[in-house]
Amino acid sequence: MKHIISVLVENRFGSLNRVAAMFSARGFNLESISIGETEDPEISRMTIVTRGDDQIINQVLKQLNRLIDTIKVTDLSRQPHVERELLLMTLKLSKTTQHEIFELIDVFKGKVVDIKQKSITIEVIGSPDKINTSIDIFKPYGIKELARSGVVAIHRGE
Amino acid sequence: MEAMHTTGQILNGSEIFFECLRRENVEYIFGYPGGALLKVYETLHDVEDITHILVRHEQGATHMAEGYARSTGKPGVVLVTSGPGATNTVTGIANAYMDSTPMVVFTGQVPSSLIGNDAFQEADIVGITRPITKHNFLVKDVKELAITIRKAFYLATTGRPGPVVVDMPKDVLAATCPFEWPETVEIRGFKPTFKCHKNQIEKAAHKIAKAKRPLLYVGGGVITADASEELRTLAIKYNIPVTMTLQGLGAFPGNHPLSMGMLGMHGTYWANQAVNNCDLLIAVGARFDDRVTGKVDAFATQAYKIHNDIDPTNVDKNIKVDLPIVGDSKDFLASLLEEMPEKTESREAWLADIEKWRKKCPLSYTVEPDSLKTEFVIEEVSKQTAGNAVVVTDVGQHQMWTTQFYTFMNPRSIISSGGLGTMGYGLPAAIGAAFGIKDRPVVLFCGDGGFMMNIQELVTAVYCKVPVKIFLINNSYLGMVRQWQELFHKEKYSFTDLAESNPDFVKLAEAFGCKALMADNPETAKEAIRSALAWNEGPVVVDCRVARKEMVFPMVPAGGAISDMLLARLNPKTMV
Repeated sequence: MKHIISVLVENRFGSLNRVAAMFSARGFNLESISIGETEDPEISRMTIVTRGDDQIINQVLKQLNRLIDTIKVTDLSRQPHVERELLLMTLKLSKTTQHEIFELIDVFKGKVVDIKQKSITIEVIGSPDKINTSIDIFKPYGIKELARSGVVAIHRGE
Repeated sequence: MEAMHTTGQILNGSEIFFECLRRENVEYIFGYPGGALLKVYETLHDVEDITHILVRHEQGATHMAEGYARSTGKPGVVLVTSGPGATNTVTGIANAYMDSTPMVVFTGQVPSSLIGNDAFQEADIVGITRPITKHNFLVKDVKELAITIRKAFYLATTGRPGPVVVDMPKDVLAATCPFEWPETVEIRGFKPTFKCHKNQIEKAAHKIAKAKRPLLYVGGGVITADASEELRTLAIKYNIPVTMTLQGLGAFPGNHPLSMGMLGMHGTYWANQAVNNCDLLIAVGARFDDRVTGKVDAFATQAYKIHNDIDPTNVDKNIKVDLPIVGDSKDFLASLLEEMPEKTESREAWLADIEKWRKKCPLSYTVEPDSLKTEFVIEEVSKQTAGNAVVVTDVGQHQMWTTQFYTFMNPRSIISSGGLGTMGYGLPAAIGAAFGIKDRPVVLFCGDGGFMMNIQELVTAVYCKVPVKIFLINNSYLGMVRQWQELFHKEKYSFTDLAESNPDFVKLAEAFGCKALMADNPETAKEAIRSALAWNEGPVVVDCRVARKEMVFPMVPAGGAISDMLLARLNPKTMV
């Protein structure tokens, strides 16, 4: 089962490496990992997407907690949360496809970031499912390049 | 350096380094100088209250620090230079990590301005040792040095112990700042649970009282937690037999009727039968290592399992348990003693079963007048030291025979590379132990293969006049590998016969300036053991030329169920 784990870590060099290295050393699945500063510049938040049965996920959580640089480990999948991913994608553009592409951007509530004679760069924000769907839908028009941020997620407020 | 420097004085990094070590009550540094550490060795020249032991290879320094730490309970301290000096410590650090030994390794580093430039003698030791340390640090500013050293010792010794590396660039060691010693240390990401949960303890006490066939399975955590006394009380008061892991031996006196010896791959027949048949398994400070469990699906299948460990990651890692209790093993055992009801189920039938197993397949070997057996040497040393020596081993057959034929009476009396299985560990670990322990003999059993892996440290033992008694178990084979080749690899003895290539160990030891004896039968062995134990002017090597092709039994084949135990060579297919 897929789990989204949110980890607060010390904002120090090596913190990301410690977490990533622990995943590879113990053979845990690491689907995506993203990291950024929080409101406290000494603390970063890492969002990790991983898969495994309960026994494995419990080990993942405990092994994360065991690292000295981790301050708080939360399995967001076990509580109300929001998750988002950012997709940036450059598509081929022609007179014939232009119209449909603009319509689809609207469907996905995306934005045009840049537009040239023969290409268009768009952004889409949403759940990983929505991102996957949008990639599938845009594929026939010719994807020149794409980049995904990996999931960031947060506990819902009260 | 006469008096301690006081807080607020302007000191350079090297001076701060020694000030911090003093405040951590460090007695010994096991080290080797080099370019990045010249400033530290300049300061060290006038340091009189901390003894620096010059090793002959940095790996030796780490194993010595570990021998010192395991025999005393205090953290071992290593000091090596950058690059190759640092990378040579990797095996020792990995070993300490696997066996949860408190150790702080200080490495020199190239000047900050050169880090990342492929400078001379540069290695990213913080990167290299990340997966094999509890934590590690690169000190980027002299103002951070004291607090970093404080944190390093705190982390190495608190909770589940382990090795910590502190990497110190050359310019940081030369820079100056006012010295401030932080009296307290706070690490927000490190809060081990010491106190066991009361409800869980109550549940455990209830289960123990109700069990008809309980078994204590005790690991190194009991020794780390200094909980032997509590263990002894619990086991004896409630008649619970005790089996121990390699690191747990000595936690319960080996000559007590409730002592079952070691369990697992080369454990006793009766201990493994008890695991198979117990209705309650109480694991204390142990981690269900694969050498203990064999095939996990077949391990203690009839038992309700209680597991106490200070490291939550050990719980439900290899074996799913029924009642996990995270916390310090001393707190666990002491709290259990408070909660235990007066009346418990009778264990007479259970103890009678164990007695039956003990009689059915005792540990045995044959004594022949003109052939020397390793078992005899170990048993004789056990007798002559009354089980009170600090016994260090290397890795292999002699290590397993030591667990079977030395009767360990006290905690902190077996020092052996368990998790990593590091050949070459024994000699330096024994030297380190002998620096820590002065009131009991320090004995090393070491194979001829492992002895050659860190033989250079014999120099250290000789010049420091360290009275280690080295029993070289010389069968001129890599005996354990040979055993597996015979049993499981079609008797293809690939590269395990050392007879043609081994040196004359008596001459070799003498060339180092070490006293050396030879024994090749039970009579000469007895005499040589007596002389070696009486010799305290320095190290002594006894070249025990033992029967070459002996094998260690019982043996549970790797990955096999405990019930697949092999009992003897003649019919290795014998199933029990």
